[in-house]
Amino acid sequence: MSLQVAAQINSFLAAIVLLTAFAMLMQRRVYGLIHLFTWQGLFLSINTAIVGYVANRHHLYISSILTLSLKVILLPYILHMLIIKLKIHKEVETVVNSSFTMFIGIALVIFSYYLTAPVTELSTSITRSTLAVALATVMIGLLMMITRRHAVTQIIGFLAMENGLFFAATSATYGMPLVVELGVALDVLIAAFIFGIFFFHIHTTFDSLDVDQMARLKEGD
Amino acid sequence: MENTISPLCKIEVFAPINVASLSIALLLLLPALAAIFRRRQSALVAACSALIGFSSLLSIIAGVWTVSSHITGRLVLPIGLPDLPFHLRLDPLSGFFLFVVGLLSFFVSVYSAGYMRGIAAHRPVTRLVSFYGLFVAGMFMVVLADDALFFLVSWEVMAAASYFLVMFEDEKAVNRRAAFLYMVIAHVGAIAILLSFGVMAGIASGFESFNGYTFDAMRQAKFPLEWATVAFLLSFFGFAAKAGVVPLHVWLPEAHPVAPSNISALMSGVMLKTAIYGIVRITFDILKVFPWWWGAIVLVLGLVSAVMGVLYALMQHDLKRLLAYHSVENIGIILIGIGLAMIFTSFNLSVLAALALIAGLYHTLNHAMFKGLLFMGAGAVLHATGERNMEEMGGLIHQMPWTAALFLVGCISISALPPFNGFVSEWLTFQAFLLSPSLPSSLIRLLVPLGAALLALTGALAAACFVKAFGVTFLGHWRGHGRPHVHEADWFMRAGMLMAAVTCLLLGIFPTMVVEWLDIIPGQLLGATISTSAGAAGWMWLTPIAPERASYSGLVVLFGFIMIFAAAYFILHIKAGKIQRVPVWDCGFEKMTARMQYNATSFSMPIRRIFGFLFNIGEHKRLSPQSAHPAFPAKMHYYLRVRDRFWNWLYMPVTKTSFWFSRGIGNLQRGRIQTYLIYSFITIIILLVFVR
Repeated sequence: MSLQVAAQINSFLAAIVLLTAFAMLMQRRVYGLIHLFTWQGLFLSINTAIVGYVANRHHLYISSILTLSLKVILLPYILHMLIIKLKIHKEVETVVNSSFTMFIGIALVIFSYYLTAPVTELSTSITRSTLAVALATVMIGLLMMITRRHAVTQIIGFLAMENGLFFAATSATYGMPLVVELGVALDVLIAAFIFGIFFFHIHTTFDSLDVDQMARLKEGD
Repeated sequence: MENTISPLCKIEVFAPINVASLSIALLLLLPALAAIFRRRQSALVAACSALIGFSSLLSIIAGVWTVSSHITGRLVLPIGLPDLPFHLRLDPLSGFFLFVVGLLSFFVSVYSAGYMRGIAAHRPVTRLVSFYGLFVAGMFMVVLADDALFFLVSWEVMAAASYFLVMFEDEKAVNRRAAFLYMVIAHVGAIAILLSFGVMAGIASGFESFNGYTFDAMRQAKFPLEWATVAFLLSFFGFAAKAGVVPLHVWLPEAHPVAPSNISALMSGVMLKTAIYGIVRITFDILKVFPWWWGAIVLVLGLVSAVMGVLYALMQHDLKRLLAYHSVENIGIILIGIGLAMIFTSFNLSVLAALALIAGLYHTLNHAMFKGLLFMGAGAVLHATGERNMEEMGGLIHQMPWTAALFLVGCISISALPPFNGFVSEWLTFQAFLLSPSLPSSLIRLLVPLGAALLALTGALAAACFVKAFGVTFLGHWRGHGRPHVHEADWFMRAGMLMAAVTCLLLGIFPTMVVEWLDIIPGQLLGATISTSAGAAGWMWLTPIAPERASYSGLVVLFGFIMIFAAAYFILHIKAGKIQRVPVWDCGFEKMTARMQYNATSFSMPIRRIFGFLFNIGEHKRLSPQSAHPAFPAKMHYYLRVRDRFWNWLYMPVTKTSFWFSRGIGNLQRGRIQTYLIYSFITIIILLVFVR
C-alpha cells in the first residue's frame, strides 16, 4: 500500500468519523445514538490499524484491538443493557434549535482547521490533515453535551469526545505510548460503569434522566 | 529612653513582662476551668471572678511597674509560625494600657462575682466564663504584642471572644443581628489593619523577606511619604472601626446593650481603648514622621464623633444604648487629644504635643473608669428591674440607694464636672486647644478654636444627657406598668462599682501625680515632657503650661463642694421635721398618674427640635378610633422613631451594592449541567484562540 493511498484512506475515514459526529449531534433517539457511537468506534479502530501499518508502529495494532473491543463491543453493550433496564430505549429526545446547533458545529470545524493550520504546516506525518477533524470531533462532542438534556446522551457525548481525543493522538503523533492508552481505556471503562450506577440512582430519585431535574438540587435563593 | 533596658531585666525572672505573661497564661486556663466546673455553676462563677481578678492584679502590677520605673522588657516566645516567633514587648505605653485594662478588668471581675451569679440562676454561664477569660487575655495580648503577626492574632482573639459574648443570649434575633453587625465591622477593620501591617512590613524588609513583620524592624525603616500615608490611612480606618468613630460607630449601640453588662463595661471601657493604643503605637512609635493633615483628619473625625455621639445619645431611652453612644463621644474626645498631638508633632512643637497626648491618654484612663462604672450601674439596674428602657423606670433611688449614688458619681465624671476625673482630662484637652495660636499655619489657627467650641458643646450636651439618664432612671416615680420587686445590688456588685467610683474621684483630685506618672510616655514617643511645668506649683495644683496661665486643684474644688453640701445639709436638716413628705400638688387635676411624669423623650425634645436635621426622625400622633369627637380623645397615640442617618447614607448603599453584586455572581451558579459545560466550552475556545 503506497503512502498516497494510505493518506487517502485515512482522510476518508476521518471524514466518516466527522460525519458520525454530526449525525450524533442530530440523532434524537437514544437507540440510534448508540448505533452511531458504535460505528464511530469501528471507523476509528480501522483507521488506527491502517495508520499503524503505514507508519510501521506495531503498538497501534494493540490500540486498534483495544478500541474495537471496548468502544465497538463492550461500551455499546453496556449502554444497550442500561437503556433496556431503564426502559428508555424508545425515548425520543427533543433537540432544540437543531439548525442553529448544526451551524455551530460547522463553525467549530472551520475553527479547528484554523487552529491546526500551523501544526499541519510543520508536521511531516501522513495523518497531519486529519488533526483538524479530530479536534472538531472533540468539540462537537462537548457541544453535544451542552445541547442535550438526557443523561445517557450526555455520556455518549462524553465518550464521543474521548473518541476525538484518541483520534487526535493517532493523527498528531501516531498514538500515545501504549501504557497511557491502556490507562485511558481502563478509565473509560470504569467511567462507563460509574455512569451506569449513577443513572440508576438518578432514575430512581428523579424518575427521569433529564438533567434539568437536577437543578432542583441547587439551594434556593 | 529606648536604651534604658537594663541587661538585668532580661535575665530576671521577676520582670514586669514575665508578670504580664503569667497573667495572660492564667487567663487562658479559664476555658479549661470552665469545662471542669461545668456542672457546678456557682463554683465556676466564683473561680472565674477570682482568676480574672488575680490576673488583672498581676497586669496592674506589671503596668504600674513599667510606667513608674521606665523599663522596657522584651520576650520572644518560641510559638507562632515556623521562623516567625511571637514577640512581646512591654514599654511604658503598653504598660499604661495594660494598667488601664487591668484596673477596669479587676473592678469588673469583683462586680461579676455578683452579676454572673444572677445570670447563673437562670441559665448556664460556662460559655460566658470561657469567652470572658479569652476576651480579657486578648486585650492584654494586644497591648503586649510587638510584631504584626502576634498583634493580629491577639486582635482576632479579642474580636472573636467578644463576638461570642455579645451573642451570649443567642435565642433573641436582635442579639444575633447585633453580633453579626459587630463581626462584619470588626473584620472589615481587621482587614484594613492587616493590609496596613503588610505595607509597613513590606517597606521595612524591602519586599524581600518576612523579617519586616516585627515592630522593631518597622521602627527602623524609613517610610516614603506616600506609603506611610497608605499605611496610616488603612490602620486608622481599621482602628476607627474598632473604636466606633463616626461613621463606623453603628455597631456600638447595637452590640453593647445586648451583651451581659459586665462585658459591656469591658467592651466599652477598655476594648475600644485597644484601638486607641493601636493608633498611638502606629503613628507615634512606628511611623513617627507625618504631615499635619494626618492629625487634622484624626482631629476632625474626633470632633464629629464627639458631637454626633452625644447628640445620638440624647435621643436614646434605652439606658445601655445611651451609654454606648456616649462611648462614641468619649472616643471622639480622646481622638481630639491625639489629633492635636499629631498636629503639634508635625510642626515640631513637641512639648505641646506631649500635653495633648497626655490629655488623650488621661481621658482614656478616665473614660475606662467612669464608663465601666456606668455600665456596671446600668447592669445593676437591669439586674434589679429586668428593664433597659428608661421610660419604664423611675424612683429607683429609694430601692437602690447605693447604685444610685455610685451611678451619680459616674454621671458627674462623664459630664466633665469637677472635682471628678472627667473634668481634668477635658480641661487638659481644652488647654491643648488654647495653645493652637502657636501653630505656624494660619488655616489651622483659625479652625482649631472652632474645635474647642464643639468640644465645649459636647461637654454641655453630655451633662444634659446625664441629667436625663439619672433623673429619669432614679428620680421621680416608677413609670412602668405594674411594679416589679426591685432589690439593691449585692455586695460584690456594690464593691466593684464603689472601687471604680473612688478611682474616679482620686483621678480627679490628684491629677498632678497622674500627669507626672504618665509623662514618660510622651517622653519616649515624642522626646518631650511636661512634668517640669505641670507640677511647677506643687503637687496640689495642676498647671499644664505655666502657673500664671491656667491652674486647677481638684482637692480645693472638692473641699469647696464639701463645704457647700455640708452647709446645705445643715440648713435643711438642722430642725427635724422640716422636710415633709406629702402628695404632689396636682394643680387641681385629680387623675394624676406616674405616666404623666417628665420622661426621657420629653426631656430631650428641645434638643431634638434644634438638631433635628441630623437625625432621621419619624414622628406622628394618632387619635384612638374609639373617641366620639376629636375634641374629646379617649386615647392618644404618639410614635417617635429616631434613626441614625448614617444607615441610609452609608450602610444601605454598601449593603445594597454588595447584595446586588453577590446576586450577580450567584447567577453564574444556575445548577444546570449544560450551563457549566458552556462555561468550560467557552473557556476552552478562548484559550485555544489565545495559544494559537
